[in-house]
Amino acid sequence: MYRSPRSRLVGLAYLAPAVAFVLAFTAYPLAQMLWMSLHNWSLLTPPRFVGLANYRRAFDDHQFWVSFVFTLKYTAIITPVLIVGGYLLALLTSQPSALRRLTRTCVFIPVVIGLGVSSLLWYWLFSTEFGLVNRALMDLGVISRPVLWLGVDGDRSNLAIIASVVWKVIGFGMILFVGAIQAIPTEITEASLVDGASYWQRVTRVILPLTLRTVLLVTLVSVIGSLLAFDQFYIMTAGQPQNETATSVFYVYLNSFPYLRLGYGAALSLILALTILAFTVVQLLLTRRSHA
Amino acid sequence: MSATIELSRVPAAAMRRRLRAGRARYLLGAACVAISTVMLLPLVVSVLASVKPTAEAAASPPTYLPHSLSLDSYQRLWTYQQGLPTYLLNSLGTALLAIVFTLVLTVPAAYALARFPIPGREVIFVFLLLALIVPYQALLTPMFLTFARVGLTNTLIGLAILHTAIQLPFSLYILRNSFSAIPQELEEAAITDGASSWQVLVRICVPSATPAIVTVALFAFIMSWNEFLGALVLMSRGWSFTLPLVLAAARTETSLGGTDWGMLQAGITISIIPCVLIYLLLQRYYVSGLMTGAVK
Repeated sequence: MYRSPRSRLVGLAYLAPAVAFVLAFTAYPLAQMLWMSLHNWSLLTPPRFVGLANYRRAFDDHQFWVSFVFTLKYTAIITPVLIVGGYLLALLTSQPSALRRLTRTCVFIPVVIGLGVSSLLWYWLFSTEFGLVNRALMDLGVISRPVLWLGVDGDRSNLAIIASVVWKVIGFGMILFVGAIQAIPTEITEASLVDGASYWQRVTRVILPLTLRTVLLVTLVSVIGSLLAFDQFYIMTAGQPQNETATSVFYVYLNSFPYLRLGYGAALSLILALTILAFTVVQLLLTRRSHA
Repeated sequence: MSATIELSRVPAAAMRRRLRAGRARYLLGAACVAISTVMLLPLVVSVLASVKPTAEAAASPPTYLPHSLSLDSYQRLWTYQQGLPTYLLNSLGTALLAIVFTLVLTVPAAYALARFPIPGREVIFVFLLLALIVPYQALLTPMFLTFARVGLTNTLIGLAILHTAIQLPFSLYILRNSFSAIPQELEEAAITDGASSWQVLVRICVPSATPAIVTVALFAFIMSWNEFLGALVLMSRGWSFTLPLVLAAARTETSLGGTDWGMLQAGITISIIPCVLIYLLLQRYYVSGLMTGAVK
């Protein structure tokens, strides 16, 4: 089909708008970011070439490291919860029964709402005086007076935000794990049943190895998502206390927009993009190997 | 002696196992009910809080259930600053533009990638997926500067362009797979009858790929409707705010001497409704899109 030289041109014409769009709105901003990161620029003064000074500045910038380490900590805590929790939910809900299917739908509903909106919802639930979390914990006798969840203590804010994000996104991994578990040929699961394997033996020796590729893929997606966390921290703590809960993306945002340090913001963006790229490459290699 | 023990032991063990399986089933059923409740509870209490009367919505400690129903919070939201209709139209307009841009760009491109023997086809495909490797969060500063220069900041078109750039790789990937999976015989017959490639695309391929197109449109809508950071950067004027932006602003602004919690919950309820409705109605497309999107 479409072998003639003329139709080759037609094919290129079909591709041209998309190529032009990606050139203008992804490749060009990327090049611009590289250029900006080598300049000092604040919109008010003309850009001045400074070489790698912006990168050196990041290296000596205390807040850059605070944000970076905080983002890694957030990612390190939330990822196992999402993966293990999502997998257990998938084991529970992958069986064919109306109740299990209904549970799957309920767990998945928060995935489709916005992270910004769910953060606002939890901002209210965790509010000290007006939130239902404190009200319920006091009624249950767990706490005797209202807890200041957000913006006062860095670790406590982090845990509250993690709880809200787990609620919001745990269904994402679950639904993909359900797909992978249901794709296992029934002969394999039946064979292990005949062998008299217990349920957990079946999970660890049959189901988990056969769905490992999906587990790695979901881990990749959620690690990258967590390293790029912004909405939940901007809305629920605004980086407080003292920018302790300002994530990497948050710090890029602060530098580029309120502070208008455009060159420095671009250098930080590039460092962030390279970090993400490293994770993508490592995990894609892992996935490729498990697939082979 | 040992034989009798063996005989009496076997049925007992089997019965014990069956009993345990039965008990496990009830326990797992109870776990399902508990999990569903926990997942739905935050949404339910938010919707309930949105219909509390003004004074009750601002009460501390808060009430679990509204003592009486009222639409006061929705009324306050309706007239908040530029008014809810402005923000709804901004969000809706951006999402619709993002759907149109995404489809207009990716349907022909995906078709070309699936059917035309273009030199360097794989290289072009990987280039078009560039946004998968570079997170858009890192590109916002240069995009903002360019958009500010050409007057695209604070416009729905500008924000829709950003959302299209985010959504383009996913759409292209889904559509290319879907076009590749269509059997070629029908298209070849149409070409023999003198149809142009454009006619083949519009009359044969697009109708056959309807599920993929629905999936692409659905994901573009949900992403654009919910996206926060890009909107925060590009939309700085009150009249250009999308729904999540105005709610985030209302979180700190005072109307009764503190955050207007009732109005906030009304806004959250309105933001959630289209997403949940679309998901419940188009669940099939949603889940299949997620599977192909993630298992690439």
